[in-house]
Amino acid sequence: MTTSKVHPGETTKTLSWELKEGVIELALHHPPCNEIGSAMLEDLERFAAALESAEGKAGALIVYSQREAGFSAGADLRELYGASLKLGAAERVSGVREFLERIHRVFNTIDASPLTTIAAVHGVTFGGGFELALACDLIVADKMARFCFPELRLGLIPGFGGLPRLRRDVGNAVVRDLLLTGRSINAAKALAAGLVSQVAAEGEALRAARATAAQALKFDRTASAAAKRFAKPIPREELRREIDLFCELFARPAAMDGLRKFVEDTGAHPYLP
Amino acid sequence: MKTLEQTTDELLGLAAQHFKIAREELGPGDDFYKKLKIDSLRALELITRLENHFGIELPDYEVQGVTDFRTLASRIQARL
Repeated sequence: MTTSKVHPGETTKTLSWELKEGVIELALHHPPCNEIGSAMLEDLERFAAALESAEGKAGALIVYSQREAGFSAGADLRELYGASLKLGAAERVSGVREFLERIHRVFNTIDASPLTTIAAVHGVTFGGGFELALACDLIVADKMARFCFPELRLGLIPGFGGLPRLRRDVGNAVVRDLLLTGRSINAAKALAAGLVSQVAAEGEALRAARATAAQALKFDRTASAAAKRFAKPIPREELRREIDLFCELFARPAAMDGLRKFVEDTGAHPYLP
Repeated sequence: MKTLEQTTDELLGLAAQHFKIAREELGPGDDFYKKLKIDSLRALELITRLENHFGIELPDYEVQGVTDFRTLASRIQARL
């Protein structure tokens, strides 16, 4: 493994990355809180291609947010609703399916990467943002981090691979609680549930993730990758079923009603269940 | 066991500190959304702060519709 900077990295509209001393750091910086819409998807696809090409040069990946509010508020629901309004029912569903197929390819690339992957999260880690973190091997959480799957409020389910990955990582009681109540949980609860590997003090998650990455770099990469493949199989069949189920639910008027209510809510409460 | 008054007082102190507002400006009956000028995402920050401080779990559906500090303190009290 080289110890020098071997790749200049790249800065796009919504994120940036660089490879330094064997660790790739992917920073999300899309205001207001890294909502995942078409712009971030395009950039994530660029990153996924770069990640695959960097595989001989890096041993670890850290994903973190430069936005103060948190890691990511999830899918860009305003963009989804706005785009959906312009389409007929069939086109709406095929459009959302294409988006999901693309985001799944990105998250599957991160999930299956031979690198040791670490999400350093703080603040809001909701929906699609939570799903991105779940694609990583380890989640290091700032003690003020908060996790939530709010999709049932919209008449939907998580669609970026969250359900299969949640089921892979934790017991069914936690899966059902998060999913069926839509409530948010803090870092201490997430640690107790086995979702999070480490809890750091406020503002210290990235430092803790860097220390963890440095530790992971000490080990033989082939052995590390083999251990990861064994311990973290990709639930491909369930991921496929999740896309199908999401599209079935998205085709119902209830989903558009849910999105409309969220987007048009001008009160202070849209993120409370 | 803390009294409701003690819990309310601690809540007001934590809210003032977190949102950088003078403690004296906050009262138990205040609407914290209006007084702190926050939305529900920032209210979740307050809930996280309260959970960490009091060592409790405060499911957000239990504070749905709660807007004043005193009622929020009673929800905390029920979890202590």
